[in-house]
Amino acid sequence: MAKGRQILAPERFGLVLHRLAHQLIENFGLFENVCIVGIQEKGVTLSENLITLIKSEEKKIKSIDFGKLDISFYRDDYRFRAKPIKVSPTDIEFSLDGKQVILVDDVLYTGRTIQAALSALQDFGRPSRVDLLVMVDRRFKRQLPIEANFTGITVDAVDDAYVKVIWNEKPGKNNIKIFSADNGGE
Amino acid sequence: MSELQLSTKHLLGIKYITADDIHLILNTAENFKEVINRPIKKVPSLRDITIANLFFENSTRTRISFELAEKRLSADIVNFSASSSSVKKGETLLDTVNNILSMKVDMIVMRHPAPGAHFFLSNHIDVNIINAGDGTHEHPTQALLDAFSMKERVGNLKGKKVVIVGDILHSRVALSNIFCLKKLGAEVMVCGPPTLIPKHIDQLGVEVEYDVKKALKWCDIANVLRIQLERQDIKYIPSLREYAMYYGIKKSMLDTLNKEIVIMHPGPINRGVELSSDVADSEHSIILDQVENGVAVRMAVLYLLAGKRNLAKT
Repeated sequence: MAKGRQILAPERFGLVLHRLAHQLIENFGLFENVCIVGIQEKGVTLSENLITLIKSEEKKIKSIDFGKLDISFYRDDYRFRAKPIKVSPTDIEFSLDGKQVILVDDVLYTGRTIQAALSALQDFGRPSRVDLLVMVDRRFKRQLPIEANFTGITVDAVDDAYVKVIWNEKPGKNNIKIFSADNGGE
Repeated sequence: MSELQLSTKHLLGIKYITADDIHLILNTAENFKEVINRPIKKVPSLRDITIANLFFENSTRTRISFELAEKRLSADIVNFSASSSSVKKGETLLDTVNNILSMKVDMIVMRHPAPGAHFFLSNHIDVNIINAGDGTHEHPTQALLDAFSMKERVGNLKGKKVVIVGDILHSRVALSNIFCLKKLGAEVMVCGPPTLIPKHIDQLGVEVEYDVKKALKWCDIANVLRIQLERQDIKYIPSLREYAMYYGIKKSMLDTLNKEIVIMHPGPINRGVELSSDVADSEHSIILDQVENGVAVRMAVLYLLAGKRNLAKT
């Protein structure tokens, strides 16, 4: 895979993550009747990192309901894609009835993933409210009227480019890169 | 898991798919098993697909299982059974199918008494075909759900010892199971009366044993088949009672083994013939798990083949 251009360096990545965690604490307090649902796979990684941060920042929070959602079976385009989708497990152990749900994904692009996720959520109950948190908002390519409530960074990239959030196993090495159209796509 | 796509657009038999295909189907089925255990057991994946279930031979379990799988994927379905159709009036298979296809059907699930009927059809029509049993040839989704159920109980099947007991000669379940288990790296033995073991079956790489007690001692898993009375055009066994005496699996036999053993049966069970009731209902038996898993595995097959369908088109 060709090298992408870094658009968010590891130090700044850490800051953004901290800001998002603080925004969530500010808005949801002790996370009573609130749950976080990460979209497989990168949304789950992002959620897990956020939850760790939230707990270390606000010691009064003992646990946060956390679910993993795979949306492959809800996609309206799964048969039209150039490459097939990898299916990951869904794991939501609690009912969403009456809960405030924070839906988490890494990149918001066309909005179609989020649309599929919203219809998938309905199969687990009726949330009282759904918020969307994304690490990257590519705001000029939306195909549906969907916006994030909490955004890490905003990226204005040409249509065909591919933005990737890279989670590194070593702490403090996470970053975001942008790849040109002919490589790096998943 | 490296492959995300099946290598074939039809499921005609396990013989025609690869080990990667089998792993992909079983892994996808795990996710569908989670889906069918939710309060809302339905996903919209196949909402724009119409599936025809063509049953030229009787079936209860398989037909219901396929129907449920299709409904839980939101597909539209039409059912057809030969007993109430123009087949009786002398229409050929290809004509029947082409008539149904001209009403814009996207996939076909078919059971047919003639071995190879699906293969023949796949040479003439363009839609995905899933074999739900063709005569004494193959029953691929049964083998896949058996493998899924085994994996769920004992983990990776590589090196595991599986014996298939009963009427091997007439059993499409046995043949599909042999292909599937061999591709997954398991050791396979067949066991039954000599008249019901096909000649040269050892060429498929399986061992043959005529003594069920020895077979049980050897194996980790026993897949017990039904004696297919409807396919016995001549007498292969002197009597059911004699078969039950020599090949029926009883609780006392399992107690003497001193080991964990898994008992499977594709159904319908002749209680007191191939399995005694206390074995069929014991903790060794995973017969009802097989039925549950059948829906998840069939959902995976339909989902993956449907994915293949439009990819091929674009």
